[in-house]
Amino acid sequence: MSGTVTTNGQGGGASLPAADFSEVADWFALLKPRVMSLVVFAGLVGLLMAPGHLHPVLAATAILCIALGAGGAGAINMWYDRDIDAVMRRTARRPVPAGRIEPGAALGFGIGLSVASVLILGLATNAFAAATLAASIAFYVFVYTMWLKRRTPQNIVIGGAAGAFPPIVGWASVTGDVSLEPLVLFAIIFMWTPPHFWALSLWAHADYERAGVPMLPVASGARATRLQVLLYTLALLPVSLAPWALGFSGPAYAAAATLLGLRFLWHAWQVWREPQDALGRSLGKDAAAKRTFRYSLLYLAALFAALPLDRLLSL
Amino acid sequence: MTPEEAQQFTRRRRARNWAMLLALLGLVVLFFLITVARRSAAV
Repeated sequence: MSGTVTTNGQGGGASLPAADFSEVADWFALLKPRVMSLVVFAGLVGLLMAPGHLHPVLAATAILCIALGAGGAGAINMWYDRDIDAVMRRTARRPVPAGRIEPGAALGFGIGLSVASVLILGLATNAFAAATLAASIAFYVFVYTMWLKRRTPQNIVIGGAAGAFPPIVGWASVTGDVSLEPLVLFAIIFMWTPPHFWALSLWAHADYERAGVPMLPVASGARATRLQVLLYTLALLPVSLAPWALGFSGPAYAAAATLLGLRFLWHAWQVWREPQDALGRSLGKDAAAKRTFRYSLLYLAALFAALPLDRLLSL
Repeated sequence: MTPEEAQQFTRRRRARNWAMLLALLGLVVLFFLITVARRSAAV
């Protein structure tokens, strides 16, 4: 961690001053810890749902590697997007655009963490799990960040696959392969991502517009985005019931998924019906979109928590 | 560099060194535990 933007000098002085951990906090912020928490939870559910047994130490190592891989990818993303982060109000205070960490150091940190996470996962579990983690990092960095994000309003739809990988990595850590069950978990996160991010982009569209990122509200307008949030949320409901329909979860999960999904749909409907001008821009500070964004986080966490809880109930 | 800047630099370097030490110790412990777990799984 030698890339902090400070002037070299001598410590000097007889007494040792107390350590200042604000810089360490900046390095930690590069890992996008809030995104990481959801990624880790999804990976944990994939691991818990997998048939077979994994030594608790190796299971904890697998989760740690998923977290480090996600963090490494996040750091590389912050390195690459430092130009657009600097002009967006939401991201301008991040360590790289704010000048607290040098871009090259952030890149090195991200690559180091990514490589280490893949190698350690391979060492602790199996090569296939390591390969799926490497694929998810590569997808996020090369496909989403470098290719799609600045080119197409479908960036979130296709790029969402990167965030949907963790249950597969968790599952593969136990079994060494992929079957239908983790692919269904992948599909749930894949379908959840667009309404989640488009709700955010509805109130952050000015940021994206300034940065030239073609998020859906910028490229197609707020009205079209509201409709897409509603349609994707509608499509998510049957997908979320697939674990029950395919027989690998029970009625408790089905009930939870239905209730959570109907609530999500109600929020999406509020986004569609929110008082708006002729272009679909909110007349009420995007209150409905903000509520939907917050609920979408709760939705995914609760839905994924329902899977292992349902498994416990059926034992 | 003013004395205040020098002291700030030292404070940050100390924090960085602590973080590096903890990370390295964590890796050592992690590799040890992985080895033990894999050996016990193989028995």
